[in-house]
This record gives sequence, structure tokens and C-alpha cells, in this order.
Amino acid sequence: MIVKVNGENLELEKSLNVADLLIAAKAEQPEYVTVQLNGEFVTRDDFAKIFVNDGDEIEFLYFMGGGQLG
Amino acid sequence: MAKLTNEQLERYSRHIILEQVGGIGQKKILDAKILIIGTGGLGAPAAMYLAAAGVGHIGLVDYDTVDLSNLQRQIIHQTNDIGKEKIISGRETINAMNPDVQVHTYSEQVTASNIRDIIRDLDYDFVIDGTDNFPAKFLINDACVLLKKAYSHAGIIRFQGQTMTYVPEKSPCYRCVFPTMPPKDAVPTCRQAGVLGVMGGVIGTIQATEALKYILGIGELLTGYLLTYDALTMTFRKIKIPRNKKCAVCSENPTITELIDYEQPTCSFGA
Repeated sequence: MIVKVNGENLELEKSLNVADLLIAAKAEQPEYVTVQLNGEFVTRDDFAKIFVNDGDEIEFLYFMGGGQLG
Repeated sequence: MAKLTNEQLERYSRHIILEQVGGIGQKKILDAKILIIGTGGLGAPAAMYLAAAGVGHIGLVDYDTVDLSNLQRQIIHQTNDIGKEKIISGRETINAMNPDVQVHTYSEQVTASNIRDIIRDLDYDFVIDGTDNFPAKFLINDACVLLKKAYSHAGIIRFQGQTMTYVPEKSPCYRCVFPTMPPKDAVPTCRQAGVLGVMGGVIGTIQATEALKYILGIGELLTGYLLTYDALTMTFRKIKIPRNKKCAVCSENPTITELIDYEQPTCSFGA
């Protein structure tokens, strides 16, 4: 099955839950990433419960600081 | 409404010729009040383009002084400004660029106790978050939600950047996307991880663009979208984001109704 992670195709041997997908897709600092599945936010409590399916679109949204003191 | 002077007609002629701006739009820009929090990698280019555009009132908030390591990206400050307060250095640059702009300086760090007063000082129309740290980013978001103030969020690190625009009651806020602050030192800053100098130019200039579009009431803002930029692959992605019905600050039943000073120190890892 193929899912789209941050716009790039990712081939998976089987359906994974979001927690395992974060590892499989090599998300940076998975403990702080925000996840969207087909446009909807997935709450962290559901990471182990929700599985991705063929054709799903997933976005990993990362914290970004930068800029200046203020 | 005062008319544009002959000098202004010439200075802003490339704006005025634009159908979406015109003389009326340029007047709106000249009457606009924009607050820039942090005059660093993001705030510096944003401030300079807004000054050049003729934004009548620009507020600069910063408590830092210019350091040699800032000059690789914070283009509002020059080599002979090292050691000077950034808000003073920023004001001097803006004053030299455009006499139409009045600069209002706030030599302080934004906190839960002062940010409302700073935003209300001139009843700023739009706020630009040019800060480098998450306590300030969450504070600015929450203050803008509570005060119903439009603002632009942005962040940069290494070769990456992100930005989104918040308009009260119309769009998701930063907390809709990122509900809670990362733990102290969990997410690297520019000082720890580095940043290509131009990243602030690209993303800060987008923030200035959003501010001008908001003032002019033209086009489509980055509301309901997170724009991400990867300079290494030269990829922009505009990711649609919904409002979070459980958002702690902007939902119908918020659990955050007062501003919070998070403990994370900002001085040790400043960008």
C-alpha cells in the first residue's frame, strides 16, 4: 500500500498505526510532531489507535523557532 | 483624509499603479500600524520592507543588543551597530529609509503582563511574530486571540521555514496546530542548529506581504494554511489546516482565558 507523507509517496508493507508510521517515515522528534490524516488533526492519544490506509495523505507538522528574542 | 504629497506620489508610484493598491490603498498603508515583535532574522527584513512600503507606524519590540553573529541575517543592523540596542539600530535604519514612517520602540521582552499594553499602545492593526522562542510564540498567539488581533506566525531553522496567518474568528490559530509548548530545549534553535541567513529574508518578507495584504484587504491570506519552505529542495508546500474544535484558546469553550508566562528561558538559546 502507498500513503503520501508530506507530499511524498511512501510504500508500506502493511497498514500501520500513526505511532509506527512516525517511525517508519523517519519523522524528526516524533514526540513533538503534529499529525494530520486526510486533513484532520490526529490527537496524540489516538496515535496508537488510528491506522493509515492505502491512499491516505498524512502531514507531519513540525515546531520551528527561529527569528529573534522579543 | 489628507492627500498624498507629490513626493509620496513619486515614492510609491509602483504601488499606486497597481490596480489592487492605487492611491487609496497607499493611503491605507500610510495610515497602518504594524507591530513587529523581535527585530532579528524575521523581523529585520519584515520591518525594512514595511518601512519602504510606507507603513505609517511601525512598532519594534526587542530587548537585545546587536551582536556580530546577528549580522549574517539581521539585515536591519549594520557592522557599526554592534553593541547598540536593536530597537535603536532598527529605528535608525527605518528613519534613513523613509521619513513617512514613525517608529515606536519597546525595549522589553514580551510577557503575560505587558504584551496586551504593547499591542494596545497604538491599537496596532497587525502583529508580526519575529521571535525565536516558544514561550514568546505561544504568548503572542494567545494574546492575539484574546485581543482579536490579526497576526503572522513564522519560524526558521537550518534550511527550513514555516509561516501562517491568523485572523480572529476566521482561521485556525497556532495552538490549533501546536496545542502545547515543546519542553525546554527539546526543539533546537538557530543558535544551536544554525540557519541559512536568507531564510529570514524569504519568510520575513512573506510575513510583510501578508501584513500589507491584510491592510489593503486584497487577495487570499495564509489563513487556514501552514506554508512550509525547504530551501535545499526549493519546495514550498501550502498545507491546509482546519480549526481545532478542542483548541485551548480559540475554540468555543477555551480553557486558556488568561495569558501565561512559560518558564523556558529565552536568553540562553537566543537565535
